[in-house]
Amino acid sequence: MKIIVCIKRVPDSESRIAKAKDGASVDTQGLKFVLNPYDEYAVEGALRLKEAAGDGSVTVMTLGGEESKETLRTALAMGADQAVLLKGQPSVDGLGTAQKLAGALEGREYDLLLFGKQAIDDDNLQVPAMVAELLGVPCATVVVELQVEGKVVTATREIEGGHEIVEFELPGVVAAQKGLNEPRYPSLKGIMQAKKKPLEEVDVGDAESHLEVIEVMNPPGRSAGVIVGEGADAVPELVRRLREEAKVI
Amino acid sequence: MSVLAFAEQRAGAVRDAALETLTVGRQLADALGVELVAVLVGPPGLAVEAGKLGSYGADRVLTGLADAFAEYSPEGYTELVAKAAREKAAKAVVFAASAQGKDLAPRVAARLKAGLASDVTQVGIEDGRVVAVRPAYAGKVFLRLAFKSAPAMLSVRPRAYKAAEAPRDAQVEELTVDAGAAARTKVQTAAEEKRERPDVAEAEIIVAGGRGLGGPESWKLLEGLADALGPGAGLGASRAVVDAGWRPHSEQVGQTGKVVAPPLYFAIGVSGAIQHLAGMQTAGCIVAVNKDAEAPIFKIADYGVVGDLFEIVPRLTEEIRKARSQP
Repeated sequence: MKIIVCIKRVPDSESRIAKAKDGASVDTQGLKFVLNPYDEYAVEGALRLKEAAGDGSVTVMTLGGEESKETLRTALAMGADQAVLLKGQPSVDGLGTAQKLAGALEGREYDLLLFGKQAIDDDNLQVPAMVAELLGVPCATVVVELQVEGKVVTATREIEGGHEIVEFELPGVVAAQKGLNEPRYPSLKGIMQAKKKPLEEVDVGDAESHLEVIEVMNPPGRSAGVIVGEGADAVPELVRRLREEAKVI
Repeated sequence: MSVLAFAEQRAGAVRDAALETLTVGRQLADALGVELVAVLVGPPGLAVEAGKLGSYGADRVLTGLADAFAEYSPEGYTELVAKAAREKAAKAVVFAASAQGKDLAPRVAARLKAGLASDVTQVGIEDGRVVAVRPAYAGKVFLRLAFKSAPAMLSVRPRAYKAAEAPRDAQVEELTVDAGAAARTKVQTAAEEKRERPDVAEAEIIVAGGRGLGGPESWKLLEGLADALGPGAGLGASRAVVDAGWRPHSEQVGQTGKVVAPPLYFAIGVSGAIQHLAGMQTAGCIVAVNKDAEAPIFKIADYGVVGDLFEIVPRLTEEIRKARSQP
């Protein structure tokens, strides 16, 4: 089975995010970047499918700049076989990025395309379903359980207070949610091997944005309220305030 | 010309999140001076819900009803909504940022080659164009966005808007359906679940627990508190607790979990890591209980109680039950 996993380089979840001087973008100076956490589940899922099948290949692909090579190497160190860097910048919304990815995927062979369900920077949660639509293939998003038997994919996706079972035939797209698996850490041997694995570079140009950021804003300000008191004795006063002051119960 | 609102259904009934999309759609339609068209896709029996869409502001209801659409069908629903958007010359298409909306909206947007703003918390018309506000980085920042393509595609975060009645006699029109489009991907709702509490993403009140609870067995305390708060209360969890396997990931609040904004949020034994705060700091009222008076959660909480949660939570449960039983 040929699997292509689309990944992204994002700031670590512990990062403090501030707006840049232009007021319409995020200041990325000094941030620590990692492989998008949801993409780790996608890479792990791909490796497990390949291991279970006993053959096939796992290719990781990203749209980004030179610095994204580091992210591709992380996925190679986990065990992916080869990497593709589509050189160009992602779009503000998902569509431009999806168009670049779909364009690059059209000329390649694949059975399954895996993604993380969303990148934790833009939080768009758009690209996997858009790529599926542009390629005309089926898709399951927010997937917490995945089985592939022959050509048939059975994916369990999370919905409010429950799950949906999605079934389709390959080729198709699956977008991984946390809980799909426990991603492995790259081994030292894996890290050494990653340096020698093939990394193809293709200039695709920047993705076209269909949305424009007018302004990056801080979240609505929130200041510390009151410490009502200590211990269980403070509870009646807390409940009185919730009822009479905040009027929330 | 029109504004389109997708009226999501589940098990043959229109969902609350759908009524919120109608309220958003109504505001946009009024500002643009066009009609609001609700798109209702589902099983044939869903026709009875059309009137409800009129009472929440739809001027027109387009129905795509067939047995093949009883369960969600990515391809089938996409075809219907995209068709409706073209036929009614939609200026904007509004979805709920629900599990279904987040799957469907990108497909429709890609079909229409139009940009989509996900998880929108605020939207309006400025100088005749649609401008949306949405969180990024799990809410560490918010983006104000303008559309460079048409129609403006939006998915609106559940509970960001309150559904408001705006009654009118909606015209009902049938959308011709090709049920074959639904056949490619088979979707069925897993049967095993029994829903006792609302999902954390849609709860009116969230009772969230962190590492301070010491172990999964302590969640009985939080369940008791949630029960006392009424049927709108759901359970949430910090990342540490989910990673430790104490609670399911579906309850996780924060970056790599859910971003929520309920009117009332209880953070019990949650210290307040950046990635957690990002996911809940726009809640209406935040109550924190923690034994550490220096915990970061107190910096954003409206009300705090310092001390042993194992003593405080049972008392809180009792006092809330008492307070709620009084008129």
